[in-house]
Amino acid sequence: MTDASGAPRQRPLSPHLQVWRWHITMFTSIAHRATGVALYVGALILAGWCVALASGPDAYLAYMTILGSPLGKLVFFGLTISVFYHLANGVRHLMWDAGAGLDIKSANFTAVSAIAFAIAATVAVWGIAAMTGALS
Amino acid sequence: MSAEFRTPLSRARGLGSAKHGATHWVAERVSAIALVPLVLWAVFGVIRLAAGDYGVAVDWVGQPLNAVLLVLLVAVAFWHMATGVRVIIEDYIHKMLTKTALLLANMFIAVLAGGLAIFSILKVALGGAL
Repeated sequence: MTDASGAPRQRPLSPHLQVWRWHITMFTSIAHRATGVALYVGALILAGWCVALASGPDAYLAYMTILGSPLGKLVFFGLTISVFYHLANGVRHLMWDAGAGLDIKSANFTAVSAIAFAIAATVAVWGIAAMTGALS
Repeated sequence: MSAEFRTPLSRARGLGSAKHGATHWVAERVSAIALVPLVLWAVFGVIRLAAGDYGVAVDWVGQPLNAVLLVLLVAVAFWHMATGVRVIIEDYIHKMLTKTALLLANMFIAVLAGGLAIFSILKVALGGAL
């Protein structure tokens, strides 16, 4: 902080993926970005749905047929995991921003919790969808 | 906003954002907090609408609460996405021209898709779809 040269300090660089031992907090960090990008696609699908609905019954039926196809369902399954993971890990980030849970033990525990929440919530939502006829 | 988050030394060195860095950071978190209830509500909306036909969807969007929450979801989600992807682009792309093109594309896609979605929701909710 106190060097008098006036030159910018050397800042820490991101860890190089291939020389670091793989650990869970690293996975959760990478997965947060990956699911965020996946949800970008999800939001475009949502925007497409809004436009299809406003374009009339034929356009809506065509759009819903694509979403309900096996490939569409696979995409939605991925989006369900992504949304719950990004949500849980986002809460984790908010907690850190508030200054809590920054030690390694807590960070590892909340990492496992976020992943477990994403899996459990995805199973629950798809169970409800199956029971209410949303998958037929 | 920025004054509280930067040390006098970092300001004197003139590195980083001039004024808006902290505001940007705070706004991303505020949108994240808003998205928690909106997204949970939307998941159950999707389950409901997946089981129904066009008429069910039009009626659903026509409910004032659903229409407003859907507009808020689209607005906040696209804003949050554009900010998040902007940081990813700034982290990984260092060629000036590519970076600028991607940052512009990110902004334009978010505003265009968000605008189309919100206009469509309002059209349906205000009775234009039937």
